Amino acid sequence: MVNDITTLQRTATQVRRDIVRMVHACQSGHPGGSLGCADFLVALYFHIMNNNPAFSMDGIGEDLFFLSNGHISPVWYSVLARSGYFPVSELATFRQLDSRLQGHPTTHEHLPGVRIASGSLGQGLSVAIGAALAKKLNNDKSIVYTLQGDGELQEGQNWEAFMFAPHNKVDNIIATIDYNGQQIDGPTSKVLSLGNLKAKLEAFDWEVLEMDGNDMDNVISTMALAKSKTGHGVPIAILMKTVMGNGVDYMMGTHKWHGSAPNDAQLAAALAQLEETLGDY
Amino acid sequence: MKKYTYTEKKDTRSGFGAGLYEAGQRNPNVVALCADLVGSLKMEAFIKDFPDRFVQVGIAEANMIGIAAGLTIGGKIPFTGTFANFSTGRVYDQIRQSVAYSNKNVKICASHAGLTLGEDGATHQILEDIGLMKMLPGMTVINTCDYNQTKAATLAIAEYEGPVYLRFGRPVVPIFTEADQKFEIGKAWMVNEGADVSIFATGHLVWEAIKAGEMLAEMGIDAEIINIHTIKPLDEAAVLASVAKTRCVVSAEEHNRIGGLGDSIAQLLMKHDPVPMEFVAVNDSFGESGKPDLLMKKYGLDDAHIVKAVQAVLQRK
Repeated sequence: MVNDITTLQRTATQVRRDIVRMVHACQSGHPGGSLGCADFLVALYFHIMNNNPAFSMDGIGEDLFFLSNGHISPVWYSVLARSGYFPVSELATFRQLDSRLQGHPTTHEHLPGVRIASGSLGQGLSVAIGAALAKKLNNDKSIVYTLQGDGELQEGQNWEAFMFAPHNKVDNIIATIDYNGQQIDGPTSKVLSLGNLKAKLEAFDWEVLEMDGNDMDNVISTMALAKSKTGHGVPIAILMKTVMGNGVDYMMGTHKWHGSAPNDAQLAAALAQLEETLGDY
Repeated sequence: MKKYTYTEKKDTRSGFGAGLYEAGQRNPNVVALCADLVGSLKMEAFIKDFPDRFVQVGIAEANMIGIAAGLTIGGKIPFTGTFANFSTGRVYDQIRQSVAYSNKNVKICASHAGLTLGEDGATHQILEDIGLMKMLPGMTVINTCDYNQTKAATLAIAEYEGPVYLRFGRPVVPIFTEADQKFEIGKAWMVNEGADVSIFATGHLVWEAIKAGEMLAEMGIDAEIINIHTIKPLDEAAVLASVAKTRCVVSAEEHNRIGGLGDSIAQLLMKHDPVPMEFVAVNDSFGESGKPDLLMKKYGLDDAHIVKAVQAVLQRK
């Protein structure tokens, strides 16, 4: 477990370098949401979760993480590699033929750290609830963490899951929503407004916390608070404000970098803003 | 023609309920999920004795499939239960991504398949589910013919590691298979050895094929009847061995002609041993409301239509 905020921040900076280099190398992928969630995933894997990089599918006795918005695979792959699930050199194979690092995460190629395929949106919360129920049946006190995109909440299956969890007192789950307000076709407010998301989730009987996902201190303290609220009969949701493209100035705050790769000059401009802290892959 | 008799009729879904209960007794990791149809799926006995291992998800099938996939991650063996229509078409993408592609040990158990659902009509009478499920890589597809076989199949899939689609139905039908049979996934059952024509039947059409076989015997036609309960993986050796002998084929199923058992057999034969073939199946249409037996007759899925198909294929031999 890494407790030092500066070390966590420097790790997140390296993860951001990995993201832009991976997406640039294959000229495809989703850098925007990946950059926005770098701090959260670094905090989760290096500080918050009790997880074991010696991967087992069942994950008995350890905290689990499910990525529902699978298109931000670059950030997850980087964090998994940097926390010891597989060699960082493998990041160079992202989206290439015969790689375990598929465009969207999958168990099909047996990549350590991935327990379910995701990419077709809206399915991850249901899966995470199932895993949380299995933990209860196994008398396993660990916690199940998820990440969903905000645009993804336009998929109806999420609301089936939001309805299910409180009714069944699934209180060993912390569902985080990347609340960046952007999706492929533009701001969520223009594509299909989420309205008062906090009130909606509270009306579904979730306990809802808010967090600045690009402030490492705030991520650490909010997640600790969320963890303390588990086991009390109510599922926990976190609205995590992030800036899409965070860390690379020209990518920040716009949906235009949701699913576009930087060219050579843009890569150089991005890397100039991101210090190489842990060594590039 | 080997004689098949029965003393009792029961619905295949009750065979599922009995099998689920026994699987639950045998293995504490067996869990069940249902989308507001526990009575229809005959899950009451399981729920009564294993309440902690039952998940009522409400009318939310997509969530049910996802939860089932997640339960496998903790080592559980989830059986989902709802009508065949809501078990497949409604949740195809969830099954595709979270179950099949992710290779999760989920048993998708589907009642009220096909026309024999009856009066509710075409919205509920799915005739495309076998096709949908067999197209998914790694998915095992089973369609059972009576109470005993359905119970045995339910127990067998609990011990099999991997995604399974188990299809059964609503109406009471004769129980003509053995009570304590061993169900072998992927292994065809020789119902009657014959020399003139191979009838490959699945689900409710197996009993119709037996009745047709008796009618054909009276006409001097010696039909080989084979029950293909596992449509995927297909028992290719059994099909090819039979066809090598009879040189013509009739397939019989309560499903659309497109995408069903007949398609799988035709593809196999086209590659290895092309022979004349006729298809007893729904001819690319939706169903309608009505009594199950009248629907089966109207849509060409009864013993008389199997006899007619045999006569037609013999003409082409």
